[in-house]
Amino acid sequence: MYYVDHAATTPMRPEVWAAMEPFVADAFGNSSGSHGVSRRAKNALEEAREHAAGLIGARPLEIVFTGGGTEADNLAVKGACLAGDGIGGLVTSPTEHEAVLESAAFLERLGGRVSLVAVDDLGLVDPEAVAAMVDDQTAVVSIMLANNETGAIQPVGEVAAALHDRNVLIHSDAVQAFGTRRIDVDTLGVDLLSLAAHKFGGPRGVGLLFVREGSAIEAVIHGGGQELGRRSGTHNVMGAVGMATAMGLADKHRDDVVELVANERDAFETMLSQRLAGTGITVAAVERLASHSHISIPGIRNETLLVRLDRAGVAASAASACQSGAATVSHVLKAMGMTLDEARECLRVSFGWTTQPGDGGAVAKIVAQEVEALRS
Amino acid sequence: MKVLVAMSGGVDSSVAAAMMVDQGHEVLGVTLKLWSGPDGQAPTAGCCTVSDGEDARRVAAQLGIPYYVLDYSDVFMAGVVDRFIEDYAQGRTPNPCVECNRTIKFDRLLSQAAEFDVELVVTGHYAQVVERDGRWMLRRGVDLLKDQSYVLSMLGQDQLAKVRFPVGWLNKAETRELAAALSLRTADKAESQDICFVGDRDYRSFLSDVAPGVAVAGDFVDRDGSIIGQHDGYTNFTIGQRRGIGLALGEPHYVTAIDSTSATVTLGRKDDLAVRTVYASDASWVDGEPPVDPNVEAQFRAHGVAAPAMFWENGGEVEVRFAAPQTAIAAGQTIAFYQGDDVLGGAIITATSRD
Repeated sequence: MYYVDHAATTPMRPEVWAAMEPFVADAFGNSSGSHGVSRRAKNALEEAREHAAGLIGARPLEIVFTGGGTEADNLAVKGACLAGDGIGGLVTSPTEHEAVLESAAFLERLGGRVSLVAVDDLGLVDPEAVAAMVDDQTAVVSIMLANNETGAIQPVGEVAAALHDRNVLIHSDAVQAFGTRRIDVDTLGVDLLSLAAHKFGGPRGVGLLFVREGSAIEAVIHGGGQELGRRSGTHNVMGAVGMATAMGLADKHRDDVVELVANERDAFETMLSQRLAGTGITVAAVERLASHSHISIPGIRNETLLVRLDRAGVAASAASACQSGAATVSHVLKAMGMTLDEARECLRVSFGWTTQPGDGGAVAKIVAQEVEALRS
Repeated sequence: MKVLVAMSGGVDSSVAAAMMVDQGHEVLGVTLKLWSGPDGQAPTAGCCTVSDGEDARRVAAQLGIPYYVLDYSDVFMAGVVDRFIEDYAQGRTPNPCVECNRTIKFDRLLSQAAEFDVELVVTGHYAQVVERDGRWMLRRGVDLLKDQSYVLSMLGQDQLAKVRFPVGWLNKAETRELAAALSLRTADKAESQDICFVGDRDYRSFLSDVAPGVAVAGDFVDRDGSIIGQHDGYTNFTIGQRRGIGLALGEPHYVTAIDSTSATVTLGRKDDLAVRTVYASDASWVDGEPPVDPNVEAQFRAHGVAAPAMFWENGGEVEVRFAAPQTAIAAGQTIAFYQGDDVLGGAIITATSRD
């Protein structure tokens, strides 16, 4: 079986599970207690925080562990807009993850103001256009680092630079990017940054939000005041340990992984284009993640192709996974100006740390075979 | 053989899938997403609910077969729901299940199944497909109370060659017993609604939600055309309806005609509902052509009784004359033709006559 859906989620690295395992049974302590069992958990949690912070150039207390990337996005967007008096404005783009867009819709229902900046046909924002939408009511600008469907890299650094003298927080959803891109929050110039462990060999169900010191955010989950009041709830110690370990491994192996997945991705695209005339590479013209290939195959419904690929041993995807399991047309492609019919011909193949040399060509061969069978 | 089972999440299609697995076929389970709520998500009540899809998924997992959700919501909206609304707007009484079978399950799904290299499409309908002398026959299911051959009467040879209805050989009780014996989670599940997308509410409230403005108010008239009252929308009525008329007329009155152009609803007595002749169009024949013997039994309700009749066919238009008068036949409904338990074909009723 060829697993080429790393953009959806990735298998856990064995070293991550090895680091987490002690916290399943033995070191079960509630990190907020005052006894030895609790201290061990607390120490592991804070060690994980320090480790994670160091890997993105942040300070430990700037890390808020969350229940995943979606929660981190919610905390960033809602937390920034709901901090202080009234509801601050949000400037974002229509190709963001639903975690941001649905948070935006929620803020609008509360009476908040949401401005969507236009994207071009590759899904990219123009930093100057983003800056022009910011006014003194704007609390936060949220632009993702890399798109989860196409892999296209947004000019987040330029957006931040264009707004450096404005009193507004810059958030970036970097969930999709961390596995193949080194991230330094200062270089990037962001105040808020979301990560999810399961996108790079860590466990599902844990993420983090970097919150630059001095940034005002309101909690989304209220309770016992953990995480300096920014995220209540008994700590998921083993999750935090797993996340930090996965971040460390992703960082350590990043250059090798990037080289591997870029080779396989390029081999996949080259071979497929040779076998299947008319194959389009959606965002070939811009900088994109080395792991992602978003292609269109004229005349082939992705829904049908995916069923055949599943049977042929290739786990790929049409777009982002949807709750019901039905393949629906993505808001990302819609925002890029694709028609319904065009969007239904798109396929996402994404490589990752378990990819083996030769996978790209092998997957291309199977995709081509299935497409040829459908066309015959 | 590679077979695709359309799994709704109900007991019948669950058992159909189990029977296919048991017969040693390579089975693929699919649920058709036909309908979504206003936010595009699966609804929590009515048809295509989250829990129905989950039931289908869990049964597929229990049977160890791959399972997919296929999104047919746009073709369902255009081919079935819009037509349902349009039929009411024209004063007809549509049968959306027939339309769904015609345009979705045994057209689009059959084509897509071919793209999966699947040889047979299986559903949980109570009807039988049998081969006789090199021809495919469609027959009533053995459980005459559950028989669904009426809503399948538009299937022809090309389609019947590629579809199977394994529960058509079972009584409903046997289906449930089989489901229970296999510990399928759907064994005790309640029957589904007649019109899946309307759910358990009234079709009138569905119409007023999705097509406000389709219910045009107008006059009630008697058999002579005299105005005897006002109604709040002719789409709220069907031929034969007695309840909900809202007029104090002394004796029971029935809806005997609906004219969409003048928005009038004609009321009459029970004997005004008598129909001797039915005109229908879009005829389709199981054998590809009408039977030689014009003596048939004709059925005009999903769970009605087939009554003796003669038919004349001319280029897809059919005239059917019943041996004895029938009651309350509405335009828009399907008329299915039988000889014994064999389905001959079906057509859509366009007009009726008492003579």
